[in-house]
Amino acid sequence: MTMEAYRYADGSITYPGHPVGPDGSEPVGTVDLSEHTAEVVTWTTSHSTPPGVRSPNTLAIVEFDVDGTPVRAIGQVEGDVETGDTVRPVYVEELREPGAGIREPESQAWDGYRFEPVE
Amino acid sequence: MTDVAVIGASMTQFGRREGEWILDLLAEAGEACLDDAGVAPDDVEHLYVSNMASGEFEGQTGVMNALAHDLGVIPAYSERVDQTSSSGGAGIYAAWQSVASGASDVTLLVGGEKMTHRSTAEATDVIASITHPVEYKHGLTLPSFAGLTARHYLERFDAPRESLAHVAVKNHENGTRNPHAQFRKEITLETALESPMVADPLRLYDFCPITDGSAALLFCPEDLAREYTDEYATVAGVAGATDTLVVHERADPTTMGGVVESGRQAYEMSGYGPEDVDVAELHDMFTILEFLQMEGLEFAEKGRAWEMAMDGETAMDGSLPVNTSGGLKSKGHPLGASGVAQGYEIYKQLIGDAGDRQVDADVGLACNVGGFGNCVITTVMEAAR
Repeated sequence: MTMEAYRYADGSITYPGHPVGPDGSEPVGTVDLSEHTAEVVTWTTSHSTPPGVRSPNTLAIVEFDVDGTPVRAIGQVEGDVETGDTVRPVYVEELREPGAGIREPESQAWDGYRFEPVE
Repeated sequence: MTDVAVIGASMTQFGRREGEWILDLLAEAGEACLDDAGVAPDDVEHLYVSNMASGEFEGQTGVMNALAHDLGVIPAYSERVDQTSSSGGAGIYAAWQSVASGASDVTLLVGGEKMTHRSTAEATDVIASITHPVEYKHGLTLPSFAGLTARHYLERFDAPRESLAHVAVKNHENGTRNPHAQFRKEITLETALESPMVADPLRLYDFCPITDGSAALLFCPEDLAREYTDEYATVAGVAGATDTLVVHERADPTTMGGVVESGRQAYEMSGYGPEDVDVAELHDMFTILEFLQMEGLEFAEKGRAWEMAMDGETAMDGSLPVNTSGGLKSKGHPLGASGVAQGYEIYKQLIGDAGDRQVDADVGLACNVGGFGNCVITTVMEAAR
């Protein structure tokens, strides 16, 4: 399992990847963000969660630095964080119960990475 | 292009409409709008129905055809407009296009949503289904995007938490003057600041409710408007724009690109700028959104909208009254109806028929936000000269 981001011809990286990148450039490769740490840009704890989602659900937008190129991602948080904290991705087999919500279970993956503070 | 006039408007009571469903609500607003303008169903050439999710909420699809039949406007062209929570604004854009292009001489727009039969969790999930798979699997909801953005805004611009509560207090106060509003109850800053936490740092009173309701507008070429009425407004500028679906990919979490771009284009088309706007309806699905739109539409400098809110400049008697209707916060937010109801409020203000909410206005603006700024429509309207 990897946390796959796309690298584009213009040098930019996005997570998730898109068929066409910023400024219209094509993907030229991938980057596994799970091998990097990131900094918390902002966070929230949601107390009103939809079907199949843990409650409370702490979420963060984080920024990776991949050899000088910033890449942001979003995801669940394990434990407590503050803005500016360093976190690392930790693999989780099921982030949300497939089929409990409106989305067709077969239409997407349900595993992924939570962010955990680095001591 | 033909100049386009708004010659009639209606809205149903917003709130919990027990036992009434999407087709009932749409028909109620549509019929009332035709009555308001004194236009016969036979005259309607185009019918647009703004609606986000009647299939998902109720299992009722094909609402445009059902409404055409119920209102007796057959054989008018009919189309459902879905742009998530900016469906209403997108309906204004579609209606304007139909008349401006010459394709239709009388266009009826009806927006509506039936939501309250679903639990909060279910309704939240229907709305969150707009998110990208990498967001959805983490349980991201629209309220959680608001919490993430609000924290970033408060920390970055050193804005006090109370500034957001001022938005809620103001819009609830305005809502007491709106007979169609879901909540007609004043609240205090303390009530807002001590209400249950929903998406830290945002609390219950930072969020709009789940709502049933419908609203409608009637459009025709301006040169035909006086055949129907002496009291009308015109669409001076209207534009729509998008931003990234994936919210965290935006360079600045406090800038909604769709607000900036649709506003820029609507201003340019109208010939008016932010300084000319006398009254504005902004999409306050969450209190923080009022700040982001005030800045994106250049009513406030970047990072300074919170000061205007705390200084009372956006109150009914302030320099720029914002959300005289009570906004989504107090009036309610039946998704597909909200953008149309914003148009209803601006129209009423411009023709001088806003009752206890009336302010002195010749130019009004409505900004309708879909998703978390994913799609945005900005409309500038002016009073008939």
